[in-house]
Parts: sequence; C-alpha cells; structure tokens
Amino acid sequence: MSKSKDIPIPDTITGYSQVRLDVDLTNGKIDKSTLSNEFVRDWIGGYGFGAKILWDELKPGVDPLSPENVFVWAIGPFPSTILPTSSKYGVFAKSPLTGMFGMAISSGSVGAQARRAGINTIVIKGKASEPVYLVVDDGDYYLVPCEKTVWGKGNFETEELIREDFQDHRLAVMSIGPSGERMSRMGCITNDRNRQAGRTGMGAVMGSKNLKAICFRGTQSIKVAQPVEFYKAAKKLIKVANGPATAKYRDLGTPAGITSYNKLGMFPTKNYREGTWEEIDNGKFTGDTLNQDWIVKKVACSQCSIACDHIARVSKTHPEYPNLIASIDVEMCYSFGSNMGTSDWPTVFKCVQLCDDLGIDAISGGVTASMAAELFELGLITKKDLGYELPFGSTTNLVKFTEEICMGTGFAGEIFGDGCKQAGIRLEEMGRKNASYYGMQIKGLEMPAFDLHGMTSFAVGESVSIRGACHLRNGAYGLDAKGTFDRFGYEKPLERGKKIIATEDVYAIIDSYIICKFTRGIYENDAEMAKVYELVTGIPHTEESILKRGEAIVNLSKCFNIREGWTRADDHPPEKFFKDAHTKGPAKGVTLKEDGYQTLLSGYYEARGWDKETGIPTDDTLKRLGLDFVIGKLKPATTKGGKK
Amino acid sequence: MATRKKKIHQFIIVDPDLCTGCETCESVCSFVHDGEFNPINTRIHRVRIEPVFNIALACQKCEDAPCVESCPEKALDKAEDGSIIVDEDKCNGCGFCARACDFGVMTMHIVSQKALVCDLCENMKEDFIDPEIGKREPQCIAVCPKEAISLKNVEQIGEEKRIDSIRRLFGDVTEFGNK
Repeated sequence: MSKSKDIPIPDTITGYSQVRLDVDLTNGKIDKSTLSNEFVRDWIGGYGFGAKILWDELKPGVDPLSPENVFVWAIGPFPSTILPTSSKYGVFAKSPLTGMFGMAISSGSVGAQARRAGINTIVIKGKASEPVYLVVDDGDYYLVPCEKTVWGKGNFETEELIREDFQDHRLAVMSIGPSGERMSRMGCITNDRNRQAGRTGMGAVMGSKNLKAICFRGTQSIKVAQPVEFYKAAKKLIKVANGPATAKYRDLGTPAGITSYNKLGMFPTKNYREGTWEEIDNGKFTGDTLNQDWIVKKVACSQCSIACDHIARVSKTHPEYPNLIASIDVEMCYSFGSNMGTSDWPTVFKCVQLCDDLGIDAISGGVTASMAAELFELGLITKKDLGYELPFGSTTNLVKFTEEICMGTGFAGEIFGDGCKQAGIRLEEMGRKNASYYGMQIKGLEMPAFDLHGMTSFAVGESVSIRGACHLRNGAYGLDAKGTFDRFGYEKPLERGKKIIATEDVYAIIDSYIICKFTRGIYENDAEMAKVYELVTGIPHTEESILKRGEAIVNLSKCFNIREGWTRADDHPPEKFFKDAHTKGPAKGVTLKEDGYQTLLSGYYEARGWDKETGIPTDDTLKRLGLDFVIGKLKPATTKGGKK
Repeated sequence: MATRKKKIHQFIIVDPDLCTGCETCESVCSFVHDGEFNPINTRIHRVRIEPVFNIALACQKCEDAPCVESCPEKALDKAEDGSIIVDEDKCNGCGFCARACDFGVMTMHIVSQKALVCDLCENMKEDFIDPEIGKREPQCIAVCPKEAISLKNVEQIGEEKRIDSIRRLFGDVTEFGNK
C-alpha cells in the first residue's frame, strides 16, 4: 500500500478539523469550506498543505510583495493533543528573499489555540486597504483595523496590547513588527514573544498585505481515533523525549554545538573566513559559558516536553542593557556571535532581541551584518557610508546597525535592510565591485550555522534545499559531522544522494505533521511515526506510504521552484567556499572543488529520479508519486520582483 | 472554625524552578476525565508570567474551603482526604465557587457548566489507568515531563523546607560529630 490512494479513508477522520478559511483582504470577505478527506490524507498537514495550495492557487511569476501572492497558514492533525512538540504551525508563500517556495515554521501556543478554534488552514489573498489584524475566536472570524492601535508597534508590545484588549493572557498572537510592515525581505513573524516563523521573509508577505497579526483562541475539544492506545504511546514518547535522545536540546541547548562544530572546523567565524575561533577555544563563547553565566530559565512551547527555549538575562547593573531578556539558540550565537566575530554576550542578546521584537529573521540579520563587517574591513563600505565603524567584533555599533536594518533607516537600512543578496546588488550598482561575493546566501536566503569548506555532503544538502540555504530541509550535515562519507572528498555521489534524500523525505513529513525536529530521535523508527498518525487521525498510513507522501511533497515544492524559474545553477553554495580557504583548523587550506561538487549534485538528482543534468523531475518520477497534474506545467514563468 | 478530618490531606504542588509552562498537565487532565483534549476543562492550571516565570496551580484543599461555604446550592462538600466533591445534580453552574476560590483553581466545565476541581484523578476514566499501576493516580504527575508536579501535605512540605534550611545554615552535615 505504497500509493496514497490505496490508503482507506475511515468513516470519521479525527485530529484534523478539516476547516479551511479563505480570507480575501481586498474585499474583506471571509469564507469557510471543508478540506476533503483525500486532501488531508494525501498532503498530511503544514508543509504538504502549503505545497499543494501554492501549486494550485498561486499564479506563477507574481511579485512576492504584491497582492497576488498567496499566504497560506496551516497545521496538521496533532496540535492540542499531548504528542510532544505538536503545537506547531507553518506559513507558506512565494518568498521575497528567494523568489521561490517560501516556508517558515513556529511553535508556542498558536497551533494549539488555532486547533481548539477549529481551524486547519487559512489561505489569505489580496491586500487590505488599511492595516488590519485577523481574529479567529472559535467560530467567529473577523478583521480589525489597527492603524491607530498596534500598527508600527514592536511584536512584544503588539502581543501585549491585543491580549489586553481581549482580556485574555492566553490569546495566541502571531504578528509582524515594523520590519515586516515596511516589507523588509527578511521580515519574520513572532508569536509568544520568543517564537518566530523566521525564515524566507514571511513577515514581509504579511506586511505587503497590510496584515499586522493573526490571533487565535478556541474552546473546542479534540478527539483522537484511538484514545487509549494514543495515551499509552504519548506517555512513552513524553518519557523518551526526556531521555538521552533530546538531552542536548534540554541541557545546554543547541549552543552545545558551538564547541563540537568548532572542533570540526565547521562553526562559521568572521563571515566564513574561518571555521574555528579562539574565543570558543578559550571557553569564553561556548554553550557551557552561556548556560553558567547567562541562562536563567528554560521555557517550553505548548505541549512540548523538551523545553529548549533558553532564556538569557543580563544583570540589572549592566551599563547598556540592564535586565535585558532574550531567547537564545545556536543559530544566533553564530549569526551575531562567531560570524560577526563578537564574543560579547550582551551584544548578541541585544541584537537577537531587536530582531525578534522589530521583526527580522535573526539568522538573516546576523549574516547580513557579518557581510557588512567584512565589506567594512575590506574598505568596500566605509565609516563615511555608515556613520560609524563596523569591524568584526563590533558591539554597540553592531546593535546600531541591527536596529537600522530592522527599521530601514540610514545607509545600513537602505542597503542591507533586505538581506545579503539585495545588499550585494545595490552595492554593485553603486560601483562597489564584487560586493555580492561576501553575501553568504543560497538562493537568496542567508546561511545557517555550518561552514561548508569541509562539508562536501552538506554542501549539496544545503544547496538543494527548497527554501534556500537551510539546515532543516535535510540532515545532511550529520553525514559530514559523523564521517559517514569523506567530508573533504567527492566519492559515492549516488550513495550520498540517497542518504540525503532519506532524511529529506522524513523531514518533509515532520514539517507536515508538524512536529519539532528535536523529537526526530524519540521515535523507535518511521513506522512508529506513522502509527502515531493513525492513532490520532484514524487514517492507516504505513511507514512506506507516509514516506512516499514526504517524497511527493518535496517534489511538488521543487516543481513550484522550477515553475518560478529555478535552474541547476541555483543549487550552488557561495563562491567563497570554492576560492577562499580557512587559515587554520581541521579544514585549513581546503576549498570546495567545482567538478566534485557538480558530481555530487548530479548524484543527488539521480537518486531523486530527476534528470541528472537539469535537475528537473522526470515524468516517470512525477507519475510514480501521483503528481501527474504537474506534467506539462514546468515551463518557467516570466518572473518579476523575484529571482534573477 | 475548621476541624481536621481524619487524614492530613495531600494536594498537588508544582515547583516553579522545574515547571517550563508546557501545559501538558492541563491537556492530560481534561483527557483522562473526558476522553478529549481541552485545557479549558482542566483541573490544574498553568500560570505563565512573562518573560520567565512558570508554575501550575490546582486545588489547595483549604481546610475552611471558601468554595464549599459559598455554594448557594450546597453542591460542594469535602471528602475525607480533603478533596472537594461536586454533586453534579445539585450544581447549577452559578460560578460562585469560582469567585470564592482564592487561587483561581475552581472553574466551570465548558460543556456541562458544572464546577470543576482537582479530584486527584479519583474520577479519571478507567480505560486510561496504567495496567502496571492498576489504580487511579494523578495523571498530571504521571506525565509531567520535568517531574515538576508532586503530591504532598503541609507536613512534608515543611519537613523538606526545614532540611533545606539546615543545609543552607550548616553545609554538609553528614560528617557532623566526626573528631
């Protein structure tokens, strides 16, 4: 029963509410409809829903920041149950950073509250004539004009003000800050203060629609298909989720990785000039130090047994940032820390807090700042441009720069306020030759915390990611970190491709369920993941059929990219990895080799059943996955405002 | 004047140092009583005060329980173990008990509109009893991922506090008296 249509649909489907809202912001109309049984069985939730709806309903080639873009919000069948980490939601649209498939996932209380309000997906089109926020209050759905209330406010205050207005501390609010309002391509969505749907500029898409926030609360009860069996399974998973499988996320948190990746020469330092850093070697900038000196509390999202959210606090006697509170993970330690050459913890916390509150993605923000720092050191931008100096290791000036790129003010905001790719284009237009070379992005999305010099498998894994540079579409960095293949070599292209695909398809299911990747290790196997789905929904997907759906979802979103003009050249790491080597550490003197890289990339395409040369899925592959409806529609659209 | 019933009663207490605010206790509470997830129908309530404080509260089993006193229908009573018993035939959902409770842990079921209060899972559905344990026990304690929830009486709480304070005052006392 590997074909989805062979999976029988039960008399009653549970877990899913199957309610779809259509919000046309242009005319203010809100319609409610039912997602078909086949739709939820075949597209699972989150990512799958986003991929299918965008394929079907987004006209190819539109400007991502125009009213024609379609903004999809979706959950899967699990929020509000006690399945660990199940309170997650996803947002999907054409990305203003990449011009391709945009997606971001967040947690907190939004998924659970939305599910209790009885909502499965919301599809938002058009543009409101004035700033509004959308309220989903059980069966009541309405838009509230907000130009005089929360428009212009930061995310923290917006959430507080709307909660006050409802006199409900537990109202779930996902909002954009001033950055999203001004359509910074790095614009993120913040909810529950510390949770972000950060990547690919989904906050900018909300801003382009004059949509400040979406609020949810609900009182409905959630039934599951097999309550007794589910309770047994969930109790076991909660226990395991507090065992060794997630220890690294709970104890030191993801910053534990600073030390281990530094040892491997994989922790990007000073805009990828190096993969090791003396401030890590000497113990100043490590997960241990962060936890000992700064972390005051670990907080959980709704129904999460791990509690990875590490809250740092600066003391009340600190001269610049007294009592500052920020939520920290390894990506921010990289983006505003090692990659900026800044080891002053309060500076890092302040920058992260600005990004979360004013509303840009803190990975993109930090990597863009790092690009600026390298350009500053090379003299490609100057103190005269910025109004201040910005060398690696900056502190107060880095905070100033971050505030400016969030708010779009000053030279920094004007040039760097839309991320690395746009900054490169703008600077080169001003005659600053080769500026783009220093923007560490793939497909327009800034890179996460992995230095690819000595990571030949992940060079492919990160480059083929549907949403641009990303470590969460597949776990290929593990192949390099664990030494599954020679991480400096290029042998076994097909085998590597298969290994990358194996995690990519599972991740597509995790992003559709939607659960947290930190729980990947708590399931004994993929069959147990499929079983949990059946216990909740009643739909008897098997390990084989569910993974096939993962494969179909990856393929469909890939087809979305092709339709938007993707070519093989887009699956490529920044040139820097091929030209400039580290001067020290395990990857000293190593650069990626173009021939080798292309061989591995072809291996991945071949393993996927895509044309080895063009990287486009073959008709046979599309048919095998039930994606017949895509065949004949892969001609790239004439794009505007997007890529190229 | 309150007079103590036979047993020194135990109640649910939550350690704010361990509590992460995950709401799992709330979800489980509704599930084992009703067979459905709905934290509004919980008898244990998470309280999060931004940005860092998390705890959960359940019935304190007050000796002189204001909820019992306040009920105009005389629908509430105290069991021998101190738990508040709701006579659902008498309860008319007026909510006076919720107003009287000093801790906000007396609420109304969203569907039945009957008073809802921690029963230490005396009334949990039989189906959800763990066969290895074979009896009803508070499920919030069983599932709390951080083991932040426990069942204690005031004597136990006092004893633990006293031991803590002695450790603070005297340090490691295991070697006490060694010459």
